[in-house]
Amino acid sequence: MADLTTLFANKIRCPNPFWLASGPPANCADQVIRAFDAGWGGAVWKTLGVPITNVSSRYSSVDLNGQRMMGLNNIELITDRTLEVNLREIEEVKKRYPDNAVIASLMVDSTREAWHEIVERSEGAGADGLELNFGCPHGMSERGMGSAVGQVPQYCSMITEWVKEVAKTPVLVKLTPNITDIRPVAHAAKQGGADGLSAINTINSITGIDLDTFVPRPNVDGKSAHGGYCGPAVKPIALHMIQQIAEVGLPVSGIGGVSNWRDAAEFILLGCQSIQLCTAPMHWGFRIVEDMIDGLKNWMDEKGFRTIDDFRGLSLPNVKEWKNLNLNYKIIAKIHPEKCIGCDLCYIACEDGAHQCIHVDPLPPRLTVTPIPKLDGPIPATPIKIPRVDEEECVGCNLCALVCPVENCITMERVDHGIPSESWEQRSA
Amino acid sequence: MNVTINTDELFPDLHPALAPQAAVVEASRCLFCYDAPCTQACPTHIDVPKFIKKIASGNLRGSANTILDANILGLSCSRVCPVDVLCEGSCVMHRYNKQPIEIGLLQRHAMDWFYSHEPAIATAPDNGKHVACIGGGPASLACAAELRRHGFAVTVFDRNPLAGGLNTYGIAQYKLRPPDSLKEVELLRNMGVEFRFGVEVTDQTEGEFDAFFLGVGLGPMHRLNVPGDDLPGVVDALTFIADYKTGTPKVGRRVVVIGAGNTAIDSAIAARKLGAEQVHIVYRRGESDMSAFASEYEHAKLEGVEFHWQTSVTRITPDAVICGTFKIPCDMVVPAIGQSPLTKLLAVCGEVNRETGQTKHPKYFAGGDFLNGGREVVDAVADGKRAALGIKKWLTTQS
Ligand SMILES: Cc1cc2nc3c(=O)[nH]c(=O)nc-3n(C[C@H](O)[C@H](O)[C@H](O)COP(=O)(O)OP(=O)(O)OC[C@H]3O[C@@H](n4cnc5c(N)ncnc54)[C@H](O)[C@@H]3O)c2cc1C
Ligand SMILES: Cc1cc2nc3c(=O)[nH]c(=O)nc-3n(C[C@H](O)[C@H](O)[C@H](O)COP(=O)(O)O)c2cc1C
Repeated sequence: MADLTTLFANKIRCPNPFWLASGPPANCADQVIRAFDAGWGGAVWKTLGVPITNVSSRYSSVDLNGQRMMGLNNIELITDRTLEVNLREIEEVKKRYPDNAVIASLMVDSTREAWHEIVERSEGAGADGLELNFGCPHGMSERGMGSAVGQVPQYCSMITEWVKEVAKTPVLVKLTPNITDIRPVAHAAKQGGADGLSAINTINSITGIDLDTFVPRPNVDGKSAHGGYCGPAVKPIALHMIQQIAEVGLPVSGIGGVSNWRDAAEFILLGCQSIQLCTAPMHWGFRIVEDMIDGLKNWMDEKGFRTIDDFRGLSLPNVKEWKNLNLNYKIIAKIHPEKCIGCDLCYIACEDGAHQCIHVDPLPPRLTVTPIPKLDGPIPATPIKIPRVDEEECVGCNLCALVCPVENCITMERVDHGIPSESWEQRSA
Repeated sequence: MNVTINTDELFPDLHPALAPQAAVVEASRCLFCYDAPCTQACPTHIDVPKFIKKIASGNLRGSANTILDANILGLSCSRVCPVDVLCEGSCVMHRYNKQPIEIGLLQRHAMDWFYSHEPAIATAPDNGKHVACIGGGPASLACAAELRRHGFAVTVFDRNPLAGGLNTYGIAQYKLRPPDSLKEVELLRNMGVEFRFGVEVTDQTEGEFDAFFLGVGLGPMHRLNVPGDDLPGVVDALTFIADYKTGTPKVGRRVVVIGAGNTAIDSAIAARKLGAEQVHIVYRRGESDMSAFASEYEHAKLEGVEFHWQTSVTRITPDAVICGTFKIPCDMVVPAIGQSPLTKLLAVCGEVNRETGQTKHPKYFAGGDFLNGGREVVDAVADGKRAALGIKKWLTTQS
């Protein structure tokens, strides 16, 4: 039976790798307690610092085809509660839940004294670790904090060093994705002595504009500001950045668009030791952790993995640079007519959007009438136009299989033409 | 029994409208098939994926225009079409073991939007030609609208006080109410169609027109031709339906409907809803021979209509229908055994070109139930529109 017990950076122990990310779900003790009761392994407290004033409204979202909140955008800042209250509640939670991880997320002015003070007070309250919020992309960055720090490697290592001067618990640096290449800052964090990395924070965004008022969302008294984007839409970006920072060699807490155990497994396959979620519990509540635990365990049992370490990082060797891919590997599309429903989406996608190698014969035009059994006999079956692939022309791009709504109706089949593997690097050597 | 009723309450919508967000969700479920079978299956070839995706994108005016370009009676069709043998029946989702897209409800969503936002359709400048449409039912309305789009002057004649034909007087109330049917008539009036009501057009009727469209529908209902078929408790289905739809319902306590087509089913359901305690359908052939659509049959059973197969009516008495040795006590009999074709007029028309609706007298075109033997509203619309294009082509070659 799979065991999800997690030991982050060799120090932070918790019953499973699922943590609430720093954000609204980890705002206060009442929430964190209910989350732990629901089964969450840990929580990164809503970022502590000097309490701020928030605006209203704060969130906006992107829906996809009627599905709500494919992406979420926020312009809220760090905690709006006093440090005293937050610390008292952290202490209380830690006392009642000694086996769950409580991480204090921190953000203060860029002075050594300010950082020393908040680190000592957080650890004094019993935090199991610290997460330095160098990622918040709005508001705080205008005040020289958050991503203003995370975008400059020197600042990042300098503040990490200050923190490490006094910290006794593991220090995680939370990275911003709002940067051309995330790796230099990740290396800088390591240089500053970080014990781990958290990635990613939210991505700069304007989610949309009201076509009646011309004001972007969220609307704050007729104006808006760019916010931070997260939720399912950002998962691919997060996964890529997680893969990129693997080279740093620090324990990684993966964040960004995780909604279920499958997403979590993917983050772990790219090396993450723990997984943080914010949008998903905001959307569905703490109860989602039940299936995350159950689903991940069932999958691990099926695959024969006993612990998370058994499969952590397994996919990293499978991410290569393009130049290392085999140019002689060939696949072509195969349409399985017995599964085809005749939507012809593969045809039009290939015709207009790819390589014109799927063909279909249109039905002859006819005068259509409502079939009336009395006048016409039994109602005939709807004719179906099944497309066919020109196998000579097919480049194996996958587009038809991607647009086909029917599972396994279009499969990409390997063509073995006996040519040995050759990459671009080898060819151009 | 005479009753005062609120038909809107007694006949709630068979399929309630979609809420805006539900419409977007449903529209998003549509796969947006290329050269879609639903469009093929529609006699008016409404570009279904196109209008549905416009609902998904929030372009409701564009969606409505897409529908109305193909079918000017998009509103009534969205409510009355037997979609399970048309667009929805051919939806590819069936092959995928899934619910077909609710095309009818989505069309209604776009139409409801259109009719609540200053409905208007563009017409071309007058071209100096004038066409008469005889009959104000769906076929003529579709013909008239298409002609107006091309700049023809059109006058529609109907013997009834209201236009719409069976859309106004015949379709079951829980599908389409007269005020909705009349919205479409109003749209046409705004397009410049002239209506003349209470005019029984005969070959004596005067008027100078460049062409005529005959959209006169079917003839009167067949009589039973059994003793007693002229008793006061015997009311033919179309009269029974028209009476209740125009606010003067008359229904018995125990009603026997004779026949098993869609009209019989509509009458039986209406009788139940109007308060009849028992409603019987008597049909001389078997269940598998009935011409009503399967969905209509199911609906009638749900309403508690009792079916008697292989039962021929031999006689009607003031308090019963006699079927050989079998007797059904009742106080109202509704024969619904079909409308007779207008055989004489059809003979005058001779061979009609189905693509253009042109009769053997070139100036005369025809379509709808009159010509196709009695199908559905959407078929009448398709006929009317084809005839309008036929008229246009013919008049263009004449001048
Ligand atoms: C009870 C019933 C229920 C139905 N339910 C449905 C349904 O649910 N869905 C569906 O799609 N279809 C249904 N139909 C069929 C549909 O109503 C017809 O197919 C459609 O109305 C045909 O249109 P039309 O214009 O050809 O004829 P009609 O609608 O019959 O219109 C003909 C018009 O011509 C007028 N007219 C005739 N002769 C003259 C004359 N000499 N001078 C002046 N005016 C004249 C009539 O008054 C009438 O208004 C139903 C039909 C019936 C009878
Ligand atoms: C409303 C909101 C507030 C947030 N506040 C913070 C914060 O105070 N500190 C922080 O480090 N991250 C904050 N985040 C970022 C999340 O911790 C997380 O990095 C991001 O949302 C991506 O994860 P997700 O896709 O699971 O939401 C916030 C996110 C949201 C949506």
